[in-house]
Amino acid sequence: MTVEWAWISDHAGDLTTLTLSHLQAALTAVLLGLLISLPLAVLAHRVRPLRGFLLGLSNVLFTIPSIAVFVLLLPVSGLTRTTTVIGLTVYTLVVLLRNTVEGLDSVPAKAREAAVAMGTRPLRTLLTVELPLALPVIMAGVRIATVMSISLVSVATYIGDGGLGQLFTDGFQRDFPTPVAAGIVLTLLLALVADALLVAVQYVLTPWTRDRHRRPGQQRRTRGRA
Amino acid sequence: MIRFDAVNKRFPNGTTAVHDLTLEMPEGGVTVLVGSSGCGKTTTLRMINRMVEPTSGTIRLGGKDVLTQDAADLRRGIGYVIQQSGLFPHRTVLDNIATVPLLLGWGRRKARTRAAELLETVGLTAEAGRRYPHQLSGGQQQRVGVARALAADPPVLLMDEPFGAVDPVVRTQLQDELLRLQKDLNKTIVFVTHDIDEAVRLGDRIAVFRTGGHLVQCAAPAELLARPADGFVAGFLGAERELKLLSLTTLAEVPVERARVVREGEAPPRAGDGGPCLVVSARNEPLGWLDPEPGAPEVPSPVRPLRDTDSLLAALNESIASPTGLIVRVDAEGALTGVTARETIHEHAGRRHQEAARAARKAQEAREGNGRQDQGEETREGGEGPEAREHREAGSRKSADAVPPSPAAPAASAPGTSTPKTPGGAG
Repeated sequence: MTVEWAWISDHAGDLTTLTLSHLQAALTAVLLGLLISLPLAVLAHRVRPLRGFLLGLSNVLFTIPSIAVFVLLLPVSGLTRTTTVIGLTVYTLVVLLRNTVEGLDSVPAKAREAAVAMGTRPLRTLLTVELPLALPVIMAGVRIATVMSISLVSVATYIGDGGLGQLFTDGFQRDFPTPVAAGIVLTLLLALVADALLVAVQYVLTPWTRDRHRRPGQQRRTRGRA
Repeated sequence: MIRFDAVNKRFPNGTTAVHDLTLEMPEGGVTVLVGSSGCGKTTTLRMINRMVEPTSGTIRLGGKDVLTQDAADLRRGIGYVIQQSGLFPHRTVLDNIATVPLLLGWGRRKARTRAAELLETVGLTAEAGRRYPHQLSGGQQQRVGVARALAADPPVLLMDEPFGAVDPVVRTQLQDELLRLQKDLNKTIVFVTHDIDEAVRLGDRIAVFRTGGHLVQCAAPAELLARPADGFVAGFLGAERELKLLSLTTLAEVPVERARVVREGEAPPRAGDGGPCLVVSARNEPLGWLDPEPGAPEVPSPVRPLRDTDSLLAALNESIASPTGLIVRVDAEGALTGVTARETIHEHAGRRHQEAARAARKAQEAREGNGRQDQGEETREGGEGPEAREHREAGSRKSADAVPPSPAAPAASAPGTSTPKTPGGAG
């Protein structure tokens, strides 16, 4: 299998457009997924009986084959970007919902109790204490959902969308491996860069989780030197 | 003042956490709730700021029923300190302390200024304010917890085993610090602990709870130690109860005798001339005992001089360790005032104990009326027949009534200070 570099430089513009379109579909899905799963996760966390139901439902949605989802959506939203985004969003829910619920579970009971005991009202407790403390676990979910969505976008090629996925069909139909290779490499790069950016975002948002490994004894020595 | 009136708390699973509690927690005083785990002391505390709602009965804070107030507003006016501090891991120490001022809408700048002030109050550096809680030691975290509770200057502080998770040395420091703060701040403090020594050390009044949420006795530490209401309380106070009572009395009234003194650098006394001498420095500070007898060590054996503010228990302890049986006493500047013999301390301790018992009896009689029998006898019978239970409950209620100590009962009055609490009337 040989890669024709000339083809790549000839189609640089197309590749850029496809990459951006690919990224846009994936990111929109993750953002929508977050918007849907945050309130649902809070509900599942607060109301015990709902927890099993909501998590179970997200699991069931996840087991539906992706092509089937797109086919099912066709009568509703047609051969559009909307169909792609809805389909991808459904898949992000399973990770985002579960991680957000687990993130809320991971908030130290003492911190929540202290917030309430000092007179913080429920919404403010959620926004200023629980969600920030759940952030590391939620962000782990966001990272998985993002990488997963980026790889899944290609499936939407079947409904005429699919970003970089179009390179695969193109390559297969013409028995021409160069676009396929370019598509794989670009998808991988996209996933890696997106993940690295999310790690950076989390680093900035959670300053208290840095230097977790330091023990009090070690700190004291450091402080003494400073 | 906090007042519980016939308060019951039953949890949905059927357990009774607090049973018919009537109790007053005086303003500006430290009320300690003690008892083994599951006795309802923490539930009692948490009902004050409505973290737990009572099943029946009323709780009044400054005359107002807590249930009629908005829970969040009520809580902002009550400081709250919990075990392992319950600090917010994601906020810096300074922002942790500023929590309630921010909730009250002080604005970020004013809240931070106040927080910085409090850091100093609880003995932390400004540098610690920029750290995150996990970067501090357990003791430092507990200090931050106290600072956070004090931030909006609430009149009431609720402390739920705040020093339970730190080592004994740090715990003693934190207790001292709390007593020092309390001397200036005069907060109404409700303090939950299972450590009776901590209760005796900190409490102006101690309420002893028994499993099932029964209040057994509520009294000043000296009264409690001198006259426990029943076998349960006596058992809880432990075998060293009498010694604990001595920890509440200072050395001030114990007479001082002249000491045989030799100045540092001067010729040591000759052998056979009346036993060990106390070596003092040029500024009259005691350095140690020197025994002139042949064969005795030539360097003075060290002493730990005691001030008048030290407790009788410390004196007894020193007298055991002292080679001469004499304790060395100094004034506030550390200069020698004299010595006191082991026998004198022992005699004084015995007298002091009898006085405390007498005062406690008077205080109890004054409360219960002269016709009443020693209720301890009744309460000891733990039969679960309805009659026995009724009896006991009647007894608990009685002892729960916190009547302010009368002048006739000096042992019941205990000022909350860091020095041992000296009931008057010792001679």
